[in-house]
Amino acid sequence: MALFEIRGLTRDFGGVRAIDGLDLDVDDGEIISVIGPNGAGKTTLFNLVTGMIPAGQGDIRFEGRSIVGLRPSQILELGIARTFQNVRLFPEMSVRENVMVARHCRTRSGMLKAIFRAPSFRREEQETRQRAEQALAFFGSRLIGWRFDTPARSLSYANRRRLELARAMASEPKLLLLDEPTAGMNPRETQELTELIQRLRDETGVTIVLIEHDMRVVKGVSERVVVLDYGQKIAEGAYADVASNDRVIEAYLGKTATTA
Amino acid sequence: MAEPTVAVEVPVAAEGELLAARQVDLWRAVRLGLVGGLTAAFVSANGMVAAFSERAVLGGQTLGSLLLVAVPVLVGYLAGRPPPVLQGFATPRPGWRNVAGGLVAGLLSGVVMAVFVTLIATFDVRRILINVTPGLVREAPRLLTFGLELGAGGLVLILALNAALGAVAGTLHLLPARWRRAVFAAALWVLGFAMLQPVIVQVLRGIQAELRIWTAPLADFLYEPTGALSVPGAVAVAALAFGIHALLTREGRRPVRARLEPLPERSRRLLRLVVLAGILFVLGLLPQILGPFLSEVLNIAGIFLLMALGLNIVVGLAGLLDLGYVAFFAVGAYTTALLTSPQSSLGVGWIFWAAVPFVVLAAAVSGLAVGTPVLRMRGDYLAIVTLGFGEIARLLFLSDWLKPTFGGAQGIIQVRDITIGPIEIGGPQAFFYVIFCFVLLAAYVTYALQDSRVGRAWMAMREDEAVADAMGVNIVTAKLSAFIAGAMLAGFGGALFASKIGSVFPHSFSVIVSITILVVIIVGGMASVPGVVLASFVLVGLPELLREFAEYRFLIYGALLIFMMQRRPEGFIPSRRRAEELHEEEISQDAGLRTQATMQQQAGPAEDGRNETS
Repeated sequence: MALFEIRGLTRDFGGVRAIDGLDLDVDDGEIISVIGPNGAGKTTLFNLVTGMIPAGQGDIRFEGRSIVGLRPSQILELGIARTFQNVRLFPEMSVRENVMVARHCRTRSGMLKAIFRAPSFRREEQETRQRAEQALAFFGSRLIGWRFDTPARSLSYANRRRLELARAMASEPKLLLLDEPTAGMNPRETQELTELIQRLRDETGVTIVLIEHDMRVVKGVSERVVVLDYGQKIAEGAYADVASNDRVIEAYLGKTATTA
Repeated sequence: MAEPTVAVEVPVAAEGELLAARQVDLWRAVRLGLVGGLTAAFVSANGMVAAFSERAVLGGQTLGSLLLVAVPVLVGYLAGRPPPVLQGFATPRPGWRNVAGGLVAGLLSGVVMAVFVTLIATFDVRRILINVTPGLVREAPRLLTFGLELGAGGLVLILALNAALGAVAGTLHLLPARWRRAVFAAALWVLGFAMLQPVIVQVLRGIQAELRIWTAPLADFLYEPTGALSVPGAVAVAALAFGIHALLTREGRRPVRARLEPLPERSRRLLRLVVLAGILFVLGLLPQILGPFLSEVLNIAGIFLLMALGLNIVVGLAGLLDLGYVAFFAVGAYTTALLTSPQSSLGVGWIFWAAVPFVVLAAAVSGLAVGTPVLRMRGDYLAIVTLGFGEIARLLFLSDWLKPTFGGAQGIIQVRDITIGPIEIGGPQAFFYVIFCFVLLAAYVTYALQDSRVGRAWMAMREDEAVADAMGVNIVTAKLSAFIAGAMLAGFGGALFASKIGSVFPHSFSVIVSITILVVIIVGGMASVPGVVLASFVLVGLPELLREFAEYRFLIYGALLIFMMQRRPEGFIPSRRRAEELHEEEISQDAGLRTQATMQQQAGPAEDGRNETS
């Protein structure tokens, strides 16, 4: 059984069918790229999976359990974390606090324990802090030390992306959804992030699905590529196969390009 | 770490290339002068000058005339101030332009005032502006012309006085910054001593009565029998303030904190204990020294402070704009009244402490009741709906339908005093301690929650609700818990209010209470405990103390809010992060310099990404 299955997923926005009868299987430990032209429904797919917009028809199963209709926070708790295409941090909170928020669903202390500073609260707080700092240390020295206490808003663009990734990882996901992780990065940073994604999977065993436009990244990391167009899956397979697939070329370049 | 991105010492390094200094702008002076004149005319026309003239503040002068002369001083100072030095521009030399700017602004405000005075002297405008009394210009005491008749030099006096004061204020810019600040400090102290006369006299006499330290003659020296600050007193206060300020800012002085740093941990802990003991000692004596009236003022401010701390959790931390906060205050008060008054419909007449658990429960339930229907609302919509809830609560307590329980407009009387063991907490002086304990508790709860899992969830929700949800924060729980925590603190406020007053009536719980509390946290600084404390004493305590202000309370609140939103949207004592957020462009350069300095300290490969990820 696959870790994650989508069966016949369909979602309409008014008259537009953003996702159209999509089937997708993701196995444990895979790295999969989802590509497709603008408006193909890639981000909508992520939003549906994480419960940020209500699902239409079809079923989404994670570890054999249907997650349709759950709240986003419940889905995260089950082990699906995501990042956003246009980085969405908590700008006024510190770098460390941003990551600590992601530990929310893995911790339990309520208001009373916080007010009475119960030993279990202190222990949990300590652990949350450590975990957050570990997650940030994954990016070398960029987000640690004095940067722990700077507001997220003051970070550079690339560091914001890294922070978002650290925040997602701190929730200990089994499946990580990355929405254009290298958008807006320079070639060196892109290269570095590609290696990082690989390392992330190798070290933590997390399954990764990423949306990506940069074909070097897609080629570099993905074990399987899924191509969407108009909400439908038009191709699936290894990068080399997909890249030479006629329907894919047609979707990207238009019909005349294939006949010419 | 090759080239520095921000040139640190531009003015010295590139002297020759600097653009000419930007000078005092005359048009700005004209604008300021007109605005100042209109303000002076406005406060005269709405009766503030006449009302404030009842209080003698300084020598023979009243608060009303102080208000009139404050206008040219203020606009003169602002108009004489050189514009901020931008990078690449030379620093302007202080000179005649500063004085001229002040003079122009002062003169202009004088011209506007003179026109206004002539108008109200010539035409009878009282049918429209009822506060334009004859006493302003037509008859003695002729407040606006300082006693002179218009023809007999009144107009000349207005013009000359305004121009002179404007010029003097502009001249302040010729002083070095340090001395200018010392002058400010002296002026502020004199103003404070003049305004807070009842407090200071009472404190000085109270100290003598309680501690047998000979302080009462000092009060006689400082203040005249009219209650005004005497001239020698004012000089002494000014000299003292000037001296202290000069001493504190002398060159090479190290801040206290820096001097404490090298001390061993044990001495520092001891010092902290001594300071804490000192504060507790002073607070313990405070109500005795202040006497019943001032303690009562302090208690009212304290109850508002308690509620402001609660609303601070809801609005400041969780970002839920609640305009119906008074509902929880009412619930707390009515619960206490029902359970402790033998006259209430329940008629049980319990002691206060037995009612407290039920206050907590009732507040929590009402928090849930308000929170649940507004779960899916944000921002403006939330504000409007909660505003409605606040009014509904008041109308329910007032209604005929619930009259058997809550007594309708007659309310509930004979709420029992708080007792501790056999001691009955009757007067305001004893009550102070109870309120103080509750406020302390609320402040602690705020700090404890801010730095906890729940507090982080609230802040994340305030920043971006959808992302907070996607990052595992249960929005339903977070919102409800914020409402409940806020409701409980307001409930305590209501309980204390009911037992302090001894009765509850629905009209005490109007929407204006919610607005006042909101103003307190906005002016003080969102999510900042010290700011809220200061603002509740200034905004709630002061109008109780200075009855002249009470009438113009909401005018002053409004003016203050506009000023704060324009100039200091983060509040008087902001929490650190909000200050940064709202003055981003101003501090970005400082931040750049700081960052650079830190990176140089960390020396090294931090910038080179390659070797660290591999």
